[in-house]
Amino acid sequence: MKEIFFDQIAIGEQLPSLTKPPITRTTLAYFCGASNDHNPVHIDSDFARAAGAADVFVHGMLDMAYMGQLLTGWVPQTAILSFGVKFGAIVYVGDSITCRGEVVDKTDDDGVYTLKLKLRAVDQHGESKLTGEAQLRVSAPKDAAQP
Amino acid sequence: MLDKTLIGKSFPALVVDVDRWQLKFFAKAVGEENPIYFDEAAAVAQGYRSILAPPTYGVTLGCAVPDPFARANAVGLDATKILHTAQSFEYFEPICGGDQITLVATITNVFEKRRGAFKFMVEETVATNQLGQLTTRFRQTVVERT
Repeated sequence: MKEIFFDQIAIGEQLPSLTKPPITRTTLAYFCGASNDHNPVHIDSDFARAAGAADVFVHGMLDMAYMGQLLTGWVPQTAILSFGVKFGAIVYVGDSITCRGEVVDKTDDDGVYTLKLKLRAVDQHGESKLTGEAQLRVSAPKDAAQP
Repeated sequence: MLDKTLIGKSFPALVVDVDRWQLKFFAKAVGEENPIYFDEAAAVAQGYRSILAPPTYGVTLGCAVPDPFARANAVGLDATKILHTAQSFEYFEPICGGDQITLVATITNVFEKRRGAFKFMVEETVATNQLGQLTTRFRQTVVERT
């Protein structure tokens, strides 16, 4: 992973996007067990239809986990100070999620260098599914770090 | 009717062992490729006690109870009809395999919109590790649409 220096990142910079494979029913079965979210609406089509949904749908926390991978693919996880999302639209089986992030602010608070990111996940049609933001701590300006 | 008297109420602490096997299963479920999330040697080489719990894992730990929807039911939401609308985390110390995490959840808000057509519950959870260190504080908003 490339180290991120405060002075080498400009407001407006885009993170490398992350596109996940289409979500299958198998993915949902795995995530049900792995995440402890056993709500049958995500894994049992009969239950989902009886509850008024067209079919099973994706756990919001799976989409958020994908967004987390966008962040941890760019900085070490311990650099993440905060991370929040709003689940805007339901994600369905077969959807492929692309996660994007953009630097929208930079702060130097007495030597604590942070970036604020705006986050968005879209499906294969470009429809927005999740929005959010994160704050990351990054390395001091590279020039200043030189002896 | 929503029970707003539960606003501010904390629930009994939940103590959860962070299971390495489940962390590896989570990594498989989300298609994780970074070995610090599933390979002990890789995690230790990066300075972690053990494999690392990913950023959203606090919610998974909080669901490690027989009925994760008990609080939603307690305030009068129908757990079979709730959707997760927002989730946020603040991070302090990392959570690793083998840790023992104590989670304390507090209902911070219960409210309605559109004359009761949308019923919301917000809860905040504080997760502390076996060393007494704060690991993460997270906030969850769910809605029931009637």
